[in-house]
Amino acid sequence: MAVMNVNPTRMELTNLKRKLTTARRGHKLLKDKRDELMRRFLDLVRENKALRRQVEEGIAEANRSMAIARSVMSDSALNVALMLPTQEMSLEIEEKNVMSVVLPVFETKFKTADENDIYSYGFAFTSMDLDAAVKSLSDIMPLMLRLAEVEKSCQLMSAEIEKTRRRVNALEHVMIPRYEETIKYITMKLDENERSSTTRLMKVKSMMLEEARQKAIAHDREVAAAN
Amino acid sequence: MYKIAAIGDRDSIYGFASLGVGIFPVDDSQQAVKTLRRISESGYAVIFITEALASQLQAELERYKDEPLPAIIPIPGVNGNTGIGMKQVSAFVERAVGSDIVK
Repeated sequence: MAVMNVNPTRMELTNLKRKLTTARRGHKLLKDKRDELMRRFLDLVRENKALRRQVEEGIAEANRSMAIARSVMSDSALNVALMLPTQEMSLEIEEKNVMSVVLPVFETKFKTADENDIYSYGFAFTSMDLDAAVKSLSDIMPLMLRLAEVEKSCQLMSAEIEKTRRRVNALEHVMIPRYEETIKYITMKLDENERSSTTRLMKVKSMMLEEARQKAIAHDREVAAAN
Repeated sequence: MYKIAAIGDRDSIYGFASLGVGIFPVDDSQQAVKTLRRISESGYAVIFITEALASQLQAELERYKDEPLPAIIPIPGVNGNTGIGMKQVSAFVERAVGSDIVK
């Protein structure tokens, strides 16, 4: 791992150590976030798959009845029967915050008081297969809305998990090792500087001692010559 | 107050009309893109789209992927189940985990 391009000074060392602590704490937090998101996500996905299977079956059944109804009734009669719905569905949307991912929560509202008021036509001129089709669609509708909620949540969560996972990996495999390497490099450089200054001092001391000794010898000689 | 929409070929989504779901029959993908843009901006929170149409509009659906609303949900049409919906759920797992581990 490449060492960062910094000056090996004590100031840099302190800064880097602080950054490393922050990075480690961030890494731990993000990892916790990822794990929790993952746990919830997997639960949701399981529900999502189960719901989808149910909904797809329900719609297939409704389509079967619809196909029969269409073959029995004329197109215009079918249009007339379905074009003016008595029922109207609307949604109240709340937001749920899961680990800083905003997920929608749907609440269904019906226009008419009786939510089973789904037949927008008199029964006299329509095929009973149409009733069956409308009934099976109406039965599956709450599940479909739940599916919409769950599937959207899964979609949003998968994006967030991907982002968090990348961050965790970047911290774990790039940032933290780089900081550690750089801190090691600076520590070694500082130690090296210290050792070299110690040896320099020792050398200077020995040179000074040698000089003093030479001076003393010279002085002794002068005294001896004078006598 | 949000509404629910269904978009796709007419035969697949017609039944939803009686439930008070807004239906938007479209014939080709260009018209579908226009319709989708229009309804996603006019208060529809859930848009059911037939799988056949969804497979033609992949690029367009990408735009709504990271938005909280609307939720665009593929459903099988009259021509049967193409498995796109399930594949999409598997794609979520793959995106999050790296491989589809939920069976």
